[in-house]
Amino acid sequence: MPRYFTEDHEWIEVDGDTATIGITDYAQGQLGDIVFVEVPAVGTQLAKGKEAAVVESVKAASDVFAPVSGTVSEGNAALEDEPALVNSAPEGDGWFFKLTITDAGELDGLMDEAKYKAFVASL
Amino acid sequence: MNAPNSSGWKPGTPEAPEGASGIETVTGNRGLMLEEPLIFEIGGSDTCGVDLPEPSRDTNRLGGLARSEPLGLPGLSEPETVRHYTRLSRQNYAIDCGIFPLGSCTMKHNPRLNEKVARMPGFADLHPLQPESTVQGALGVIDELAHWLITLTGMHSVAMSPKAGAHGELCGILCIRAALEARGDARSVILVPESAHGTNPATAAFAGYAVENIPATAEGRVDLPALKARLGPDVAALMITNPNTCGLFEREMKAISDAVHAAGALVYCDGANFNAIVGRVRPGDLGVDAMHINLHKTFSTPHGGGGPGSGPVVLSEALAPFAPLPFVRAVEGGFELIEEEDGVAAAPQSFGRMTAFHGQMGMFTRALAYILSHGIDGLRQVSGDAVLNANYLLRSLDDVLDAPFGGTGPCMHEALFSDEGFADGVATLDVAKALIDEGFHPMTMYFPLVVHGAMLVEPTECESKATLDQFILALRSIAERAKAGDQSLHQAPRLAPRRRLDETLAARQPVLTYEG
Repeated sequence: MPRYFTEDHEWIEVDGDTATIGITDYAQGQLGDIVFVEVPAVGTQLAKGKEAAVVESVKAASDVFAPVSGTVSEGNAALEDEPALVNSAPEGDGWFFKLTITDAGELDGLMDEAKYKAFVASL
Repeated sequence: MNAPNSSGWKPGTPEAPEGASGIETVTGNRGLMLEEPLIFEIGGSDTCGVDLPEPSRDTNRLGGLARSEPLGLPGLSEPETVRHYTRLSRQNYAIDCGIFPLGSCTMKHNPRLNEKVARMPGFADLHPLQPESTVQGALGVIDELAHWLITLTGMHSVAMSPKAGAHGELCGILCIRAALEARGDARSVILVPESAHGTNPATAAFAGYAVENIPATAEGRVDLPALKARLGPDVAALMITNPNTCGLFEREMKAISDAVHAAGALVYCDGANFNAIVGRVRPGDLGVDAMHINLHKTFSTPHGGGGPGSGPVVLSEALAPFAPLPFVRAVEGGFELIEEEDGVAAAPQSFGRMTAFHGQMGMFTRALAYILSHGIDGLRQVSGDAVLNANYLLRSLDDVLDAPFGGTGPCMHEALFSDEGFADGVATLDVAKALIDEGFHPMTMYFPLVVHGAMLVEPTECESKATLDQFILALRSIAERAKAGDQSLHQAPRLAPRRRLDETLAARQPVLTYEG
């Protein structure tokens, strides 16, 4: 399944018109120990680039932005009890939410893994 | 009394100061520094510090609702309770103990003259519901402080009732919303630069606006072209902090205000850092429409738990009619309070009431005492010394610590450093904790967010050169250890009553009640 990345350090994995979204390993490393995650409620309409979720670490609270527009189909309930999943498996079990993509064309502007790695290396 | 806490620093532990190791005491206390258990561990719930008569059964009207379980409160006498909290307070660090270099917080000395004035019975023993004729002096204090705040900021009027900085922000934004609604121009967005205070976006969101960020330039200031590009008919206001949280003056403030006004929007300035410019710059001259003033930051009233806060909001002529009730008005021979019942005629466009009463009287007396004891020349020196002290710190440390905006010129009231150059594995947190071992309260960490591993140091005008030199010596030595990769920094603090606390566990699984 194709996986894309944003300059705000979200990843999005696309399976048909459903996408799974989380924050990257680089992002969790920068944030430090994650202590709280707020994921959007099922049915929430998200617009590309707008706030979708909140992640709080011992250092700071940060917004997570929607990489593409869509309707939330599932939030990761496991993060409520175990926010540390974002640290231990940011690009796996620590996913934030799934959404039904409104416009697959919005994926075009995102980075692939190689481009994202180069982007992180440039920071 | 139960056994003292088993956790924490004890005489004889390997980390104890040189010469102290090996000395054991049976109590765990060290000299006259006492190891302090929790209050529940001192007084059991089966004891009681006072003798209460058995309640008469005749008067019990609780029916089946009477509590059958014990309350579980510790039973201590008054002296035991007083001593518990006094012993704890001796482990506290406060502005009365030493430099408190929290950037963005402005922890300055609270002059004792302020306290003397605030405790005068004519001020301290008033009740806010007393008849106006009996509190003319207090209303006069509010009016005179208001006059000073208006004069110092070059603004049209001031709302005195907001109870703290963020409350003042909300007051200002509600005035802006009321002004826009009054001209039939509902707008939905408030722009907040990256270099603004963290409370600004929260205020805008609380007032019902969508928040959008404006990026900072490489120089740490608002990106004016980016701001101009975003301004439009949906933008209600810009919330800008000046000087900003990078400790930098927004040099293009007038051009920023002009651009915002040209787009039909209003300018809210977060006045938290007014202490850096008081007596020198009048925000009213820079096109500001509303600005709160944290009396504790600029005018030395107590801060944090010692408060309460107070956040008067100065307003431009355009916003003044929308200010909240109640307010004080000078009338022939005295002062009167404008409340709701008479407010319709006196302030028909006021957005309403934010607080029960007319403001934090105890802070007004302290702030006015500070202003009058300094005078305008003294206030000019306050901001000058605050900026001088911060630049002394910046230039004394910028060879060992990375100062991301140090190349752009002097800073204002606070010096900003990053973790650039620290060895792998050593973080800002380690440096902050090591400062505790050296006897200093740490600086602000990881804020502002635009700087990696930020350390924001604000000395204020109150510190002597001798104190600053001691602090510089300590921070310089820790910075050198951080650059050399000294892994023992992870153990800091080693000499404090408690070692490094598990902040992650405390946030993830907080235990908020005592479970004996």
